[in-house]
Amino acid sequence: MDQTRTLIDDLPPTEAPPRANGEMVFAEPWEARAFGIALALSNDGHYDWESFRQSLIASIGHWEADHGADDPSWRYYDRWLEALEHLLLARGLVAADELDRRTEDFMCHAREEVY
Amino acid sequence: MSANHDNYHHPEKETYSAARAKAIESLLLEKGVIGTDTVDKVITFFETDMGPLNGAKVVARAWTDPEFRDWLLADSTAAVSSMGYWGAEGEHVRVVANEPGVHQLIVCTLCSCYPWPLLGLPPYWFKDPVYRARAAIEPRAVLSEFGLDLPPETEIKVWDSSAQIRYMVLPERPPGTDGMAAEELVPLVTPGSMQGIELAKSPAAQPSGSS
Repeated sequence: MDQTRTLIDDLPPTEAPPRANGEMVFAEPWEARAFGIALALSNDGHYDWESFRQSLIASIGHWEADHGADDPSWRYYDRWLEALEHLLLARGLVAADELDRRTEDFMCHAREEVY
Repeated sequence: MSANHDNYHHPEKETYSAARAKAIESLLLEKGVIGTDTVDKVITFFETDMGPLNGAKVVARAWTDPEFRDWLLADSTAAVSSMGYWGAEGEHVRVVANEPGVHQLIVCTLCSCYPWPLLGLPPYWFKDPVYRARAAIEPRAVLSEFGLDLPPETEIKVWDSSAQIRYMVLPERPPGTDGMAAEELVPLVTPGSMQGIELAKSPAAQPSGSS
């Protein structure tokens, strides 16, 4: 995944991409964060991209098996977040109990900022 | 709060996901696994540096340079790499061309494989399970819902992306564009036209005098 990093570092100042397609790329800010974290960890070699992809396919597959394809509660980035979480736990990058505790800190506003 | 928190109709589901994402980022920062600007860099990269403009430039060049067009269709990965637009996920890309009587549509029935470096992040409908299932089974009806009614004699080919190969559509050059240079053609190439859910815009549809 060095290629992504090379691309990021080497790209010239960019032209603004067209916004005319009217698509919201991310519905909520957390989706962008989850997206960026997954890519960043792969770029930095904490796992290879294929591992994440397999985790994502599994997460989507489990959801579809339980919900039916037209269930309106479908959210792609819920599955993305779950795939990320499973991979982080499997690789020992975070522990389940600290993740639950930290999530609660944010839920009850004991914490507001990530750093 | 646990990993089994799975109540999708719960009004606080959104709050939970946001908190969960923050918790992950915050723990990874604290442990020094990621740096403070690592995630921002990735997001900026995908939102601005990679995007449908890259794909549009490839299409406009193929419309104006027959040799490049031949190369693009014969070895898409090499052709787009020569323009500096490939490599993020390391897989192959294959560009499939619309022609009279044949219309191409891309989908990923497995998850949401998409040619990111050329088209940016996949739009929401591309990730929708209903779209993914129906596009393969009844593409004509799906295209019609997108507002593209093709003549019944037009053949529709559906390309199912995978981890190994991502597809992109080379739309037909719209009529009335003779003599236009590649740079003038780029704005006519919409993301949807490279996904196969619409045709490239005609120059008449462009507001005149706009940049």
